[in-house]
Amino acid sequence: MITLTINGHATPVDAAPDTPLLWVLRDLLRMTGTKYGCGMGLCGACTVHIDGEAARACVLPIGDLDGRHVTTIEGLSPDGTHPVQVAWRELNVAQCGYCQGGQIMQAVSLLNRTPKPSDQEIDTAMSGNICRCGTYPRIRAAIKRAAGEA
Amino acid sequence: MDTIDRFALANVSRRGFLKGLSAGGLILALRHAPPAVAQSAAEPKQYGALAMPGGLKDDPTTFLSIGEDGGVTLLCNRAEMGQGVRTSWAMVVADELGAELTRVRVLQAPGDQARYGNQNTDGSRSMRHHFDALRRIGAAARQMLEAEAATRWDVAPTTVVAIGHEVVHRDSDRRLGFGALARAAAERPVPTREALVLKNPSDFRYIGRGTVPLVDNLDITTGRATYGIDAQVEGMLFAVVARPPVYGGKLKRFDAQAASKVTGVLKIVPIDSAAIPSAFQPLGGVAVVATNTHAAIKARALLALEWEDGPNREYDSARYRQALEAAANQPGKVVRSNGDVDAALAGATKRVQATYYVPHLAHAPMEPPTATARTSEQGCELWCSVQNPEAIRVDLTKRFGLAPDKIVIHSLLLGGGFGRKSKPDFAIEAAILSRAMDGRPVKLTFTREDDLQNSYYSTVSLQRLEAGLDDAGKPVAWLHRTVAPSILSLFMPDPKHEGPAELAMGAVDMPFAIPNVRVENPEASAHTRIGWFRSVSNIPHAFAVQCFAAELAAAAGRDPKDYLLELLGPARRIDPATVSDEWLYGEDPAHYAFDTGRLRAVIERAAAEAGWGRKLPRGHGLGIAAHRSFASYAAAVVEVAIAADGSLSIPRVDVAFDCGAVINPDRVRAQLEGAVVQGVSIATLGEISYKAGRVEQSNFHQFRLTRIDAAPRAIHTHLVTPTGYDQPLGGAGEPGLPPIAPALLNAIFAATGQRIRSLPIPAGKLKAA
Repeated sequence: MITLTINGHATPVDAAPDTPLLWVLRDLLRMTGTKYGCGMGLCGACTVHIDGEAARACVLPIGDLDGRHVTTIEGLSPDGTHPVQVAWRELNVAQCGYCQGGQIMQAVSLLNRTPKPSDQEIDTAMSGNICRCGTYPRIRAAIKRAAGEA
Repeated sequence: MDTIDRFALANVSRRGFLKGLSAGGLILALRHAPPAVAQSAAEPKQYGALAMPGGLKDDPTTFLSIGEDGGVTLLCNRAEMGQGVRTSWAMVVADELGAELTRVRVLQAPGDQARYGNQNTDGSRSMRHHFDALRRIGAAARQMLEAEAATRWDVAPTTVVAIGHEVVHRDSDRRLGFGALARAAAERPVPTREALVLKNPSDFRYIGRGTVPLVDNLDITTGRATYGIDAQVEGMLFAVVARPPVYGGKLKRFDAQAASKVTGVLKIVPIDSAAIPSAFQPLGGVAVVATNTHAAIKARALLALEWEDGPNREYDSARYRQALEAAANQPGKVVRSNGDVDAALAGATKRVQATYYVPHLAHAPMEPPTATARTSEQGCELWCSVQNPEAIRVDLTKRFGLAPDKIVIHSLLLGGGFGRKSKPDFAIEAAILSRAMDGRPVKLTFTREDDLQNSYYSTVSLQRLEAGLDDAGKPVAWLHRTVAPSILSLFMPDPKHEGPAELAMGAVDMPFAIPNVRVENPEASAHTRIGWFRSVSNIPHAFAVQCFAAELAAAAGRDPKDYLLELLGPARRIDPATVSDEWLYGEDPAHYAFDTGRLRAVIERAAAEAGWGRKLPRGHGLGIAAHRSFASYAAAVVEVAIAADGSLSIPRVDVAFDCGAVINPDRVRAQLEGAVVQGVSIATLGEISYKAGRVEQSNFHQFRLTRIDAAPRAIHTHLVTPTGYDQPLGGAGEPGLPPIAPALLNAIFAATGQRIRSLPIPAGKLKAA
């Protein structure tokens, strides 16, 4: 039994240490806000925070997460009012919405480090997150808005 | 979190559904719509929604309920895959009903075409086919509420009006909320269609009025939105399938000894392979059912599998391309002919010829195909994200002898569709696996590798175009040979030719005013599953036709935009019969004939907005392309920048779009923005290729998609809209896509003089200016 700290809660998990966090969240804990997209850390749909930094849950074995704090999109804010979430809604960023939890987690991580990112910094930080619907222009605009730049 | 309560319906039965909704007491609901009248052979040809399987339903009691708390609940009968249909549906009904949009809750209707009308969410048809019906649904319910209020006040119904979620009698300043009227209003007769009075569009508060927040915004941004892959069913198991790597292949033998030992693995299940043509049937193979998806994936990798690859074992994209080229160099089946092309070509001052290639593409929705099924001997219940639930019912009825009403399909959100999820092979696989597990619920997931290697691909094609120009550089002859394996190959053995719908997506309906035109369709055979992909054959056809138009402009020494307008000629409506268009997107020619004036208008608008002809920095170029599809007209101007190292970036794209009246402008713009990005992806990165019958790409490192750093820096959308809502609507989901790739390639030509005719643009092959 491994105990993970997820969204502030100590959560015992009955899974092998090599099990990726993604499948523990989705299949065992039934927390489905973190999405499967590629299983290889190529698309960012599964982005969570580990100690506040964006990471890909699909390639993170839970055996490596002892003593680390996992935050998922469900735990980003108690009522969905994180400025990035608000900006996403104000600009109607989402189309299908499937990747947007990961996009938001990545954007929050960027803003935590770089409160006023340049266009270049946004593109660099967000280029690991694929949106097949093509919402990138609005993602850029929403990040600027959350940063208070637009 | 429980999927069933959160999003789909609470129970198999409608009674259960109503209970789930009945927090405030339920009224305008639960009466059965009269059965659809079968169309007799003597009736005239039907078009549009009426020609679709299941037809159109507009009984308010099927779709709408109002609780005693005034809360309005609307059932959305079309799949939500990012086009915003749930929000747009609510807007239309709220406007006609006089409701506050914030008090309208949208639920997904289950898959039940007999009850909800056509649900095949495909072909950019949702708003085009349902706008009028949604208005009638809202108006009928409004009139029931108004009639009830008028009776209570003993005033004429014409003197009361529903507005702001209440019914108001202005003369006496009396008002009653919807909740107070709901129960009694529900007992009143539903007005006949003739008795309905639709709102004056000037009274619309939501329709056509700027940005309306998505009804799913809060759920999406907090991780609570429930997609097919997120279904939660008590006791659920998890599965993946090892499928034949070659289309038409079969399992020869397998050894599951190692796989069975993986912790969590419960059962290894062989699945029969369907014969070609396999339609929507699963490909067969070996399934691993486990207690979690990771265990299933891990065990699958340990299966020892031996395949009989079958007739497509030698499919090789490089060689197939040569075969397409050879076919395009020979005459083929004539599918449109006007005038005498051979004579006109022989007499032309100048002849121009070019061939264009577009490879197979995979939809790669971010949510891969996934479905959960729970079965019994007699029935099946599914939770899934599909574009066409009825196709599941049709298959399972046949496959297992189930009664249609014992198949319950809960429609969850689609994490992207793009045509992939109009094919429900994955839902059928889930049902097969649940039966193999004695009815236990099984969630079947396509891994990304499965998605890319066992998809229904956009067709691979070669387009050969030839034109003859006169002394003035004006074309006198146009010869187009389109060669591509057809989607029909899913349903019939080796059709060899494109179907009427494929040909009418940009080949035969080519609108240029050229006196001598011939379109030919030489033979091509499919060696993989070919399926609908957003905008379908419009992708290769528009790519070729719009690039070739720019090539002719160059040959004539003319400005590409001016030349394109001249090719179109004066505004006119094209009788589809005169161009052998046997499809016209299923619409009535009386209302939907190709109007070249509308295509001209979007070209002119896009060019004006983009500053066509402006002075550009070195290495930059502007390209234009325009295309009409799905009854809408789109033009794009792309500005490209080619750096000294040959790398490409896109500072700006302008899209002008005419889809008739716009219901939800923000979502139409979003579809156009998304189409630009997807078009750039197709032009610069996307390719599925085959070697020894097998797809060569396995995940996003090989099937690459445009990421934010390569997305256009600015996308400007310009809606060209008529006044009023009485004109027929066009589609919005697909028609933005076809002009993007040719506009980009034309821009590269403008920037560097380099003409690229094959997609994707070969990496590292761009010249600097």
